[in-house]
Amino acid sequence: MAALSPSDSSRPSRDAAIASAEMSAKVRARRRYALIIALRLLLLVVFLGLWELGTDTKVIDAFFFSSPSGIGDQIWTWITEGTSQGPLWQQIYVTLEETFIGFFIGAVGGIIAGIILGRNRLLADVFSIYIKIANSVPRVVLGSVFIIALGLGMASKVALAVVMVFFVVFANAFQGVREADRAMIANAQILGASPFQITRTVIIPSAMSWILASLHVSFGFALVGAVVGEFLGAKQGMGLLISTAQGAFNANGVFAAMIILAVMALVIEFIITQIENRVLKWRPAPFSGQGT
Amino acid sequence: MNVQTLATRKVSPDASAKDAAIAIDDVTLRFTTPDGNMMTALRDFTMTVAQGEFACVVGPTGCGKSTTLNLVTGLLKPTTGQVRVMGNPVTSISRDIGFVFQADALFPWRSVIDNVAAGPLYRGEPKKEAYERARDWIARVGLARFEKHYPHQLSGGMRKRVALAQTFINQPKILLMDEPFSALDIQTRTLMQDELLTLWSELKSSVVFVTHDLEEAIALADKVYVLTAGPGTVKSVYQIDLPRPRVMADIRYDTKFVEIARVIWDDLRQEVQLGQRRTLETGQ
Repeated sequence: MAALSPSDSSRPSRDAAIASAEMSAKVRARRRYALIIALRLLLLVVFLGLWELGTDTKVIDAFFFSSPSGIGDQIWTWITEGTSQGPLWQQIYVTLEETFIGFFIGAVGGIIAGIILGRNRLLADVFSIYIKIANSVPRVVLGSVFIIALGLGMASKVALAVVMVFFVVFANAFQGVREADRAMIANAQILGASPFQITRTVIIPSAMSWILASLHVSFGFALVGAVVGEFLGAKQGMGLLISTAQGAFNANGVFAAMIILAVMALVIEFIITQIENRVLKWRPAPFSGQGT
Repeated sequence: MNVQTLATRKVSPDASAKDAAIAIDDVTLRFTTPDGNMMTALRDFTMTVAQGEFACVVGPTGCGKSTTLNLVTGLLKPTTGQVRVMGNPVTSISRDIGFVFQADALFPWRSVIDNVAAGPLYRGEPKKEAYERARDWIARVGLARFEKHYPHQLSGGMRKRVALAQTFINQPKILLMDEPFSALDIQTRTLMQDELLTLWSELKSSVVFVTHDLEEAIALADKVYVLTAGPGTVKSVYQIDLPRPRVMADIRYDTKFVEIARVIWDDLRQEVQLGQRRTLETGQ
């Protein structure tokens, strides 16, 4: 029996071929990225251009639907001269403060409740029916209750944001705890972990990807809670700004406030994603080459 | 045929031995299924593992092989009969026990070194010592360059090495293994079997190794337990008198090995066929 070996006479030319193939793959990837950015910008310009053109030629009524230039002017006015309720920054700050406090309380409460109920079958069976009922109440309506009970100040908005956030985070934390791998828990047990150590070092980390996923969604909910709360009755904040603009039939104002809120949400979303990537750095990277 | 010349002989399972590390004495185990029926998983099951002995358990699918391991850990309580570990009845999970799982039971959010140090840290060892020992064990399983890697960055065989280090660092007197290498390809499996025998010979623990692979069982074990199709009970026990140290890659070509395999397989085959027929008839 003779062992055969493949011939390797053509090694240098093959190395060169690989190098050039890699090079051209990199160039292609860069070109594709540039193309996507260009197409995105083009789409934005076309959309805004058509909107502006439509309002200029009176096809779209700027009184109801505003126009890009009108919105730009409005935002500029708010920045330079302030709003009817004081400086724009203060409105943003008030809304953000309510959102963050509500988000924080709701998320921490949801995580703790989710872990406790997820770890304890009896509690879960007892409470599940009430949580379902509470979850089916349209929560925005609670805003009116909170304003009656807690007044026009910050507390009522925070409370509304809390209930908006709590249930989403709770449901995910609960599910995450339940999905924790049996073998992994048994492994920790046999390695010598106490029930508390299991919760801390196995249950919480494995529920973490569920919890973080829910934080993305629920931050948006917290913002909705704060803005709707301000809408229903407030002395300051972005929601009041919208409500005032609506009262004055100022479509530019409504759209401008909407855009400011969207930018706020995007910035926060970006920050949450950064935190998530740090916390979950142990996860395998999703199939690469699909960059944003 | 004279069984004695084959380096294997039937011996009787005996739970009375005083120095036994593990003694499962006439245990019957019944479950209540979710629809209220009683199901017998093990019936009149008796098994002893002496200190430092390597016992393998083989049997048809679903005959309760893994159940025996859970009796030893205390995660399952026998309906009748008694389980003793180091002479004491099993009440809770003993600190002397190590368990290697079939599935990947590493913590994916911890790096290799954090995984290996987990046991000592759970048991309250100071951080510095725990990590020193972890580093030592990682080197022993040949992964010194992979301390900072996460499990998903390793191959299946490397993950199993981490699992072995994670278990062995606690220096278990009793090592339970539930088809630990069944998910590995055949070459890697052979390497891991050698690795296991090396680590075992240094630590001198008593091992119960559950597998469906008869050749693996014979190659590793001092004693092979053949179980009946469910409800599982011990059908026969074979003493394997192949000399140690054994080399996994070569042992399966040993004529003695082949003879032993043929004898035990004759015994096991009936149970496998019975188990299969039952599964097909009941549709479960």
